[in-house]
Amino acid sequence: MTEHVDPDPEHTEAETRGVGLAPSVIGTAEAVGVAIGDTVPEDPEGKPDAKGKIGIGGWLAISWLGLIVALALLAPVLPLHDPLEQFSGLASSGPQTGHPLGTDALGRDMLSRVIWGSRASLAIGLGAITFGMLIGGFLGLVTGFFKGRVDAIVTPLMSLLLAIPQFVLALSLVTVLAASADVSDTRRILVVILGLGITTIPILGRITRANTFSWSEREFVTAAEAVGARKGRIMIRSVLPNVFPAMLSIAMLGVGLAMIAEGGLSVFGVGVQLPQPSWGNIIAEGRNQLRRAPHIVIFTSVVLFLTVLALNFLGDVISKRFDVREGQL
Amino acid sequence: MTSEETPVGTLPGTGALLDVRDLSTKFDSPRGAVRAVSNVSLSLERGQTLGIVGESGSGKSVLSRTIMGLLPRSTASVTGEIIFEGEDISGFSDDQYRQFWGTEMAMIFQDPMTALNPVMKIGKQITESLRRHMGMDRTTAHDTAVELLRSVRIPEPAKRFDVYPHQLSGGMRQRVVIAVALACGPRLLLADEPTTALDVTIQAQILDLLEDQQRERYMAMILVTHDLGVVAGRAHKIAVMYAGRIVESAPTRKLFADMKMPYTEALMSAIPRLDAPPHTKLSAIRGRPPQLVNPGPGCAFAPRCPYARDLCSEERPVLRPVEDDPDHLFACHYPVDSAESIEIKDHLRAEQMVAEAAGGGDSDGW
Amino acid sequence: MVIPMAGSGTSHLRPSEKPLLTVENLTVEFPARRRKVVSAVSNLSFDLLPGETLGLVGESGCGKSSTGKAIIQLPPPTSGTVTLGNTELTALSGKELRQQRTRLQMIFQDPISSLNPRKNVFDIVEEPLRIWNLGDAEERDRRVTECLHAVGVDVDGARERKPHEFSGGQCQRISIARAVVTEPELIICDEPVSALDVLVQAQILNLLEEMKQRFGLTLVFVAHDLAVVKNISDRVAVMYLGKICEIGPSEAIFSNPAHPYTEALLNAIPVPDPSVQVDSSDHLRGDLPSPIDPPAGCRFHTRCERATDVCSRVEPQMAPVGDGHYVACHHPLITPVEISGSVGTSVTPAD
Repeated sequence: MTEHVDPDPEHTEAETRGVGLAPSVIGTAEAVGVAIGDTVPEDPEGKPDAKGKIGIGGWLAISWLGLIVALALLAPVLPLHDPLEQFSGLASSGPQTGHPLGTDALGRDMLSRVIWGSRASLAIGLGAITFGMLIGGFLGLVTGFFKGRVDAIVTPLMSLLLAIPQFVLALSLVTVLAASADVSDTRRILVVILGLGITTIPILGRITRANTFSWSEREFVTAAEAVGARKGRIMIRSVLPNVFPAMLSIAMLGVGLAMIAEGGLSVFGVGVQLPQPSWGNIIAEGRNQLRRAPHIVIFTSVVLFLTVLALNFLGDVISKRFDVREGQL
Repeated sequence: MTSEETPVGTLPGTGALLDVRDLSTKFDSPRGAVRAVSNVSLSLERGQTLGIVGESGSGKSVLSRTIMGLLPRSTASVTGEIIFEGEDISGFSDDQYRQFWGTEMAMIFQDPMTALNPVMKIGKQITESLRRHMGMDRTTAHDTAVELLRSVRIPEPAKRFDVYPHQLSGGMRQRVVIAVALACGPRLLLADEPTTALDVTIQAQILDLLEDQQRERYMAMILVTHDLGVVAGRAHKIAVMYAGRIVESAPTRKLFADMKMPYTEALMSAIPRLDAPPHTKLSAIRGRPPQLVNPGPGCAFAPRCPYARDLCSEERPVLRPVEDDPDHLFACHYPVDSAESIEIKDHLRAEQMVAEAAGGGDSDGW
Repeated sequence: MVIPMAGSGTSHLRPSEKPLLTVENLTVEFPARRRKVVSAVSNLSFDLLPGETLGLVGESGCGKSSTGKAIIQLPPPTSGTVTLGNTELTALSGKELRQQRTRLQMIFQDPISSLNPRKNVFDIVEEPLRIWNLGDAEERDRRVTECLHAVGVDVDGARERKPHEFSGGQCQRISIARAVVTEPELIICDEPVSALDVLVQAQILNLLEEMKQRFGLTLVFVAHDLAVVKNISDRVAVMYLGKICEIGPSEAIFSNPAHPYTEALLNAIPVPDPSVQVDSSDHLRGDLPSPIDPPAGCRFHTRCERATDVCSRVEPQMAPVGDGHYVACHHPLITPVEISGSVGTSVTPAD
C-alpha cells in the first residue's frame, strides 16, 4: 500500500465522491481534511510535494544513465583503445594498468569494448522500444478509445502475437531477415531492433489500451465531445497525455528487457555480430571463459544490471512524477 | 492529562456504555501534525443513538474510526480514553481488537461494495465471523446467517445466501453489510455515512432497518452523517463537529429548538427546504473547513462565521453548557441568540433586502 | 377510460408556447447480456420553455441521466426526436451535429472526473473556444477570465493550477465556467450537487441560479434529491423506470402530488426537524425492478399500494390534474381535471 497519510493540502474532497474507505485506507480522507478554503488554494509551498520527490534512488539512476549515454556518445573521442585491437600476450587477463577492466579472450581491452558495446546495446534497447511504442501505443490508443469493431479486430491479433513466445519470435525474425553473413552491421542492428520491437508491440499495446479504456470513460472526455471536439482531437489532446506516463514507465522497463534479450540473441549467434561489441555478445562470448576469466562476464553484467536497474528506477520516477493525484481514492 | 473540555452528556458514573474522554487523533505529516480530532469527549448509553454531524474534513469519520480502533498505528497517534463497558480500550493490541470487533462493536461504511468481499458469496461472509467469534458449526452458522438475512429484510434469504455482492442492488448490499455487522450481536454499532451513496427511498428503508434492529437488540448506535435531516428524526443526541472538535452537542430536540453555534445554524439553513417556494436563495456560508496543521489561536470557524468579531480569532471558545441546561454544550463567544449576533443578523438581512430591491441579489452566497 | 396510444402520451407538451427544447417519444436502449435490451428510457416526452428550469427526479436507474445524455446526443437516443429551437438534433450527424454543440452544454456529477487532470484551469475553460476558433487569443483570455470570475474562482490564483489542487466544490465551479463559456442556450446539469456536502451544495445551487440570470440560460436539472430539485426548478418531471409518471409546476408537484410514487419520494426525504415523526409505514418498499424486463402496464404497480388489476395490464396515459400538471396514473391521488372531449385529442392546459 502506498503512503496514506498524505500531507498535501491540495487534497480534493474525499467524501464528495460517495466512496467509502475500506478499513485499510482509513485516516486519510478526513485526517487530511486540511482543506484549502473554497476560494483558492493559497499554499504555494505545498506545490513541490504534489509532484513527488525524485529521491536519492532516482537521482542515482538518472546520473548512471547520463554517464552511460555520455560515454556511448563520446566513445570515438575518448582516449580508449580500439575495441578490436588485440594485445598479444594479454588474453583473458584481469584488471591492470592500461586495461582497468582487463582484457577478453582475444586480448581486446574490456573497458573499450564495454563502452563501444553500449552504443549497440543502447541503440537496440531504445530503438526496439521506440518502435514498439509507436506501433503498439498507436494500436492500443485507437482500440481503447474507439472500442467496438476496431477493438474486436485488432485486439485478438495482439493477443495472438502475445501468445507466441517472445524470444522465439524475435529469434526467427532476425534469423530470416539477417541470416546471411554479408549483412552490414548497421543493417543487422536495425533488424535486431525490428525483431525485438515487434515482440514489444502487444505488451505496450495492451497496457496502452487498458489505460486508454479507463481514461476515455471519464466525464471530461464526454465534456470535450459535448463542446464539439472531433474524436481524433479528444484522443490525442485529452486522452493521450493521461495515458502517456504509464506507457513511458513501462517502456523504461522494456528498454532494459530488450538489452537483455539482445544478449540472448547473441548466445544464438544472431545478435550484433562479432567482432563488433555489444553488451550482449560480450557476455555471450565471455561465458565460455567463465571459469578462467570471470571478469569478462562479471564486469559487463554489472554494467548491464545497473543500467536495467536504473531504467526501472527511472520508470518509477516517471510514473510518480506524472501521477496526478485526484483524490480519486 | 488535562481535560480542557467538559464531557458531553452528563450522566456520571457507570451508566454509559461508551465514554470517550479527551480523545485526540493526530497524523504525522512532513508539514506538521495533522490534528484530525482534538479533545473530544462524549458518552453514549445502551439503546441510544448519537448523531455526529459535520462536513467533510470535520473529523467525524476519523473520530468514529478512532473509537473503533481502525486507524493505522504507524501514522496515527491517539491520546485520551475510550471507555467501553468500564474498560479503556484505547490501548488494545491488534489481537484484542480482533476479538472485540463484531462481538462488542461493529461498523458499517458508506460504500457497501468496498465493505464486502467481491469474490465471496454473501452467506459465507456472514458465517465466517459467526464461526470464528461464536464457534458455531457449519449448519448452525448457515441457519443463523439465513435468519440474519431475513431480519435485514432481504427477500428469499435462503436463495440469496449463495449470491455474490455484485448481483445485488446498492440497497440490498448495504443490508448485507448490516447483517454482517450485526451477526455477532455487537453492543455498539458505528454507522459512517451508511446511506450517503444510496437513493432517498433506499436511504429511508436502511435508516428504518437500523432503527428497528437497534430497538430489538437494545444496541447503541453512532450515526455519522453530513446531513442534519438524517439524524433529526433518528438520533437521541447530536454532536456537531468542526475542524476536529465538537462545537455543539445536545439532545436532538433541544439542538434543533435552540441552536447556539453559528456553524450548526449554517448547516441547517443550507438545506433546501421543501416548504420554501422554488428559487429561494439558500443561505450558504463561504469557504471550506480550515487546515488542521498548526491551527491558529482562535475559533476555527471564525473565518467563515457571519457573526465573528475580533475576540473570535484571538481566543478559542471552550465547550460550555447552556446556562440552565447542562446537557446542551456549545463552543462559541457569540452564540446565535446573543445580542451581538442578532445585531449582525439584522444588519445582514437589511443589506440583502437592499440588494434584492436593487435587483442584484448576488451580494453573497459564494 | 384508457385510450390506447403510444407510450405515456404527449398531452402535456406545449407546442403553442414556442419551447426551446422539445423531446418527443425519446427511447434509449442499451444492449445487455444474452441479447436482451435494457430500456433505460421509453417513449419519454417533455418540453422546456426558454428560461425555464426543468427538474428530472427519480431513483437511480430511472433513466434520468440517460435522458440528459440523450438530449446532448451522447450517445444519441435509440429513437424519438430532440428539437432545440428549430433544429432537430436527432436528424443531424457528424459535422452538422458538432456545430450545434455549442448551443447546449452539460455539467456532470463527478466534479473531478469531468475535468482533465493534465490541463490547467485556464486551458480547460478555454478549450471550447479554441475548438471553434472563437475570437483571438486576447478575446479568449478575456472571456475565460470573465467566466471564471463569474463562477467565483480567483482567476489569477487559479489559471495555471490543475484540477486536483481544488476542492470538489471548486471543480464544480470550473465545470460551470467551461459550460457557460460558449454562451449556450441550454445546460443539462447531471446531478451536479449530489457529490457535494450540504454547505457546498447550497453555494453551487445559488451559483447556478445566478448563472441562469446572468447568461439567460435554460436548465435541465437531473437529481435524486427532491428538495434540491424543488429549490431550483420551475417545472418538475418525476421519472420511474424510464417513464415520466408526473410532470408539472414544482410548487404543485410538491404541495399536491398526484402520483403515488411522487408521494413516496416525498415521504422518504429526511426532514431536518425532530418534531416530525418518522413514519416507516410511509416508506416505499422494495427495489426498482430490472429495466431489462420492466413490469407490464403501469411500471410502478409492483411497489404501489393503490395498484389494482388494471394497473398491471394497461399503461396509464398522461392526463391533466391541474394547471400544467399532468399525471400518468390509473388511481391518482387527486382527481383528474374533467376536460370534455379529451378522448384521443391532445389537451392544451388552460393558462
